Amino acid sequence: MASYSISVNGKAHTVTADADTPLLWVLRDHLNYVGTKYGCGIGQCGACTVHIDGNATRSCSINVAELGEKSVVTIEGLAPNGDHPVQKAWKEVDVPQCGYCQAGQIMTAASFLEKNPSPSTSEIRQAMHGNICRCGAYNGIEKAVKLAAKSQ
Amino acid sequence: MKKQEQNGFSRRGFLKTASLVSGGMLIGFNFFTSCDSDTPLEAVDLNSLNFNEFNAYIQISNEGKVKIFSPNPEIGQGVKTSMPMLIAEELDVPWEDVLVVQGKWDTDHFQNQYAGGSEGIKKAWEPLRQTGATAKQMLINAAAARWSVDASECHVENGIIIHTSGKKIGYGEVAVEAANLEIPEGLSLKEPKDFKIIGQEIGNVDIDAIITGKPLFGLDYKEEGMVYAHVLRPPAFGQTLVDYEDSETRKTTGVLDVISFGDKIAIIAENNWAAMKGKKALSTNWDSTNATESTDFHNAKLYAQLNGPLTEANGYTTMRSDGDVIQAFVDADKVVKRIYSTPFKPHNCMEPMNFFADVTEEKVRLVGPIQTPTWTANRVAELLDRDIQEIDLRMTRMGGGFGRRLYGDFALEAAEISNRIGKPVQVVFSREDDMTAGTYRPAVKYQIEASIKNNKLTGYQLREAGITDNMYSLIPNFFPQGSFENYKVDVANYQSNITVGAWRAPVTNFHAVAEQSFFDELAKELDVDPVKLRKELITNAKSSPSEERLYEPDRLIGVIDLVVEKSNFGNPAPGRFQGFASYFCHNTHVAEVAEIEMENGFPMVKKVYCAIDCGIVVNPLGAQNQVRGGIIDGIGAAMYGELKFVDGKPQSRNFHNYRMIRMMETPEIEIHFVDSNVAPTGLGEPALPPVGAAVNNAIYAATGKRLTSIPFIQHFV
Repeated sequence: MASYSISVNGKAHTVTADADTPLLWVLRDHLNYVGTKYGCGIGQCGACTVHIDGNATRSCSINVAELGEKSVVTIEGLAPNGDHPVQKAWKEVDVPQCGYCQAGQIMTAASFLEKNPSPSTSEIRQAMHGNICRCGAYNGIEKAVKLAAKSQ
Repeated sequence: MKKQEQNGFSRRGFLKTASLVSGGMLIGFNFFTSCDSDTPLEAVDLNSLNFNEFNAYIQISNEGKVKIFSPNPEIGQGVKTSMPMLIAEELDVPWEDVLVVQGKWDTDHFQNQYAGGSEGIKKAWEPLRQTGATAKQMLINAAAARWSVDASECHVENGIIIHTSGKKIGYGEVAVEAANLEIPEGLSLKEPKDFKIIGQEIGNVDIDAIITGKPLFGLDYKEEGMVYAHVLRPPAFGQTLVDYEDSETRKTTGVLDVISFGDKIAIIAENNWAAMKGKKALSTNWDSTNATESTDFHNAKLYAQLNGPLTEANGYTTMRSDGDVIQAFVDADKVVKRIYSTPFKPHNCMEPMNFFADVTEEKVRLVGPIQTPTWTANRVAELLDRDIQEIDLRMTRMGGGFGRRLYGDFALEAAEISNRIGKPVQVVFSREDDMTAGTYRPAVKYQIEASIKNNKLTGYQLREAGITDNMYSLIPNFFPQGSFENYKVDVANYQSNITVGAWRAPVTNFHAVAEQSFFDELAKELDVDPVKLRKELITNAKSSPSEERLYEPDRLIGVIDLVVEKSNFGNPAPGRFQGFASYFCHNTHVAEVAEIEMENGFPMVKKVYCAIDCGIVVNPLGAQNQVRGGIIDGIGAAMYGELKFVDGKPQSRNFHNYRMIRMMETPEIEIHFVDSNVAPTGLGEPALPPVGAAVNNAIYAATGKRLTSIPFIQHFV
């Protein structure tokens, strides 16, 4: 066990954990940011996607020791009032069914639009391909990403 | 407030119990009656208002705002939004003034608290509207009494009771009196043309919490002193635990304890990661004497049943027999026969199974995602030998269910572990646990045969050979029952030690693929248009003497005509290939056309047209989501998913070796609901079953290949 200083949503936290603890579990179990979801633990589903220095990253696949000085943003910190253009578009389109994978979807979409503000349909579909939605909300996700791109 | 004191009611409120004809509903009123008659309803944060907690459907605040308890578990099917809409409609309150909260599990006050079978809205349609109408009438009666006028001279607009003289009073002000009145009975409900909320596009009531990552789901539940348990279950079905060595596990930082129960070992830890690491560090010995079942073995067993005689000795039960199929086959010019196969399928809810339990001498508290709270609470009571009154169960939002959360095995594990360790505990399945300790959609084979005489169909026979389970008794009364004079359905199964269960649209999710692929083949054989063939057969059923037919021929033909028109079926764009399927299940009639293109030799579904008749569409926004989700799930199941076994061990463990449908395989989907004033039926499941057949028939159109086993992708590798 060691002590790590990490920055989440602009706040500094000190965490005592084993070096190999995935960021996902540090966020959920140690710091109570439960908006970041556990889906597969092996980087295959995207439910645990957060931003690390602005890049969409699977929080299950990076451990606390590897994080270093990098800053983490979770769904709770994406926008102060939950009014990020992607969140607003998600609400407008009424994307979620069960809702479980949606934080990961939103974080993936937000980072993607940051890098590619006017994407083509095919670019959107490629960018969102890594995030599984068992409810099959993909059409809504595609529509909401387009809407968010337009409103940004 | 003064009025409350005058009337001798406590500020805590008052519970009004109403026994309705429709079935023992309760209406609870919370009444703070301080607002003046014409106080405008202000925009307020509904969450900040003071509502008292009652185990009932409706509470009204002093501001006239309404809290509606949604009784059923929410798995993403949208009932937490659509059920309260039914109450609010008849209560006549603006949707903006409604705060929806999840009702508790409470068998005294609520009925049918489960999620399954696409039955929520169908069963709630009358009772929940009656609940709203009853509350509204009592509020009107209270206002009329206060004004000394006849109740028939009053009506309600947006939660304000208005007398013909122009006098007005808000719901919040008369709730005290209302709660004391007789319960009116025999109320008439609104005509569909007068609906203000039903039929409107109402967004998911949990949307803000979902998009901002608020704790909603079972895995998000935490309380002080809670520990985590990850359970090592036998890696192969049929294995039993011989012994285990846990010294390395116990050395793992954060691991608190290791206990065994049955053939399982629970690692108790301060957090999930510690439990996962501790689990990996266990050494175990398993007895594999009975872990013998492999996919090849299952196939051999099922083929043996299909190839064997239709006798009890061969395990068969006749589900339905009309006319004389054997004679029809003897007399036939030709008998077309085909066997269709599905493998096992795991549910793969995005939220892995989990449950919280805190077992104390006083009571048993359970919290988590569960489709069957009543059954599960009763099983926990039985397991722990406790009175059902001592069980307190709270339902969280579910990260998917699809049938997996009907089976409360995870809640029983949590209760057992908490009972043993004397601590509140959350049992958490890893993804690997979730996929390998499932209650799978069982592997099944259908052998379908049809006889042809003088280029006409004369007989139809379906045999089902399934692992452990067979079709439910309604299915033989779906299409094509009544269409054939000679018709027979027989089923047999092989009893396996692999746990199986319901998977979204149980049985029909593959029965439709087999049947509707077969009818396409028959159309080819007879050289008739596949749609025309279906319509002729359905029309035959109208004059069938049987009263047991479950679908409505006109409604099925209605959706067929609609989808044919909307998809321009028969005239695909260049490079596109179309396939058609129609089906009835879960009380809803569906027809679908899939359009595919071949890309590098692989079929890609580009567009799906769906025409669907579910009666009145309560919430078009939610309804579209359910239908789209069902179609995508159905394509994923037909195209990609497969779980194999070797010596009882599931061969897929996580998403790297179990293929789920993803964004780039998602087609455009165009949905057409049939305009209807008929009572609504379910939508969570019915759109799923036929799409696999529509895709298969499109693949045939594109390639000339008649595929008879899913996942289809295996035929293109």
